[in-house]
Amino acid sequence: MGLTMTKTKTILAGAAFALVLGGLAAPALAQRDPAYAAARAAGQVGEKMDGYLGIVGAETPALRRIVDDINIKRRAVYSQRAQANNATLEEYALTAGCQAIAATVAGEKYQAPDGSWQTRTAAAPLRDSRCP
Amino acid sequence: MALRQSTRRDRPEVSVPVTGLVKGRAAGTAATVGLAALGLAGCVTVNAPDKPIVIELNVNIRQEVIYRLAADAGDTIEENADIF
Repeated sequence: MGLTMTKTKTILAGAAFALVLGGLAAPALAQRDPAYAAARAAGQVGEKMDGYLGIVGAETPALRRIVDDINIKRRAVYSQRAQANNATLEEYALTAGCQAIAATVAGEKYQAPDGSWQTRTAAAPLRDSRCP
Repeated sequence: MALRQSTRRDRPEVSVPVTGLVKGRAAGTAATVGLAALGLAGCVTVNAPDKPIVIELNVNIRQEVIYRLAADAGDTIEENADIF
């Protein structure tokens, strides 16, 4: 009896642990921070060719904070993935920039190969000729 | 003076559009020779902005590398949706 109780407890504890783990793992696919999402939708920030986020119009401290925060995180991810793929940070970042620009939705800003900011439309974005 | 000279030699390569780097280099050399031939008066007129230098960095990244990394980069963006 005592043994069964212990077993049940162990199973329950295991289930609880799994739940906690699941809860912790979920934010990995988290959504954009609301402030970032708003700035992006408003065209205040845009995707640059180099794989990082840029401020499109007038810079404000709040926008700078959002952009720096995102870019530091991106850089960390890029550097990890670049190493895993035997590529340089710049190569990986540029490739991610191609993909990030392709993934913009209508109304969002992105940087064209000439360096100008463009608003994404339903048409394909203007990208670097090396982009896949 | 040393800085000016290096500027004069480097800028023609850098300021030429991305499409013709090799061509640009040859043209740049020709331009340098041409400028030198003109004499010492007013040679330093090529004042390219900083922008093309950034592009030149990217020129060193080859398309095949980008193609190799494309799928992985796409996955990375999906897996880190909060920062993209």
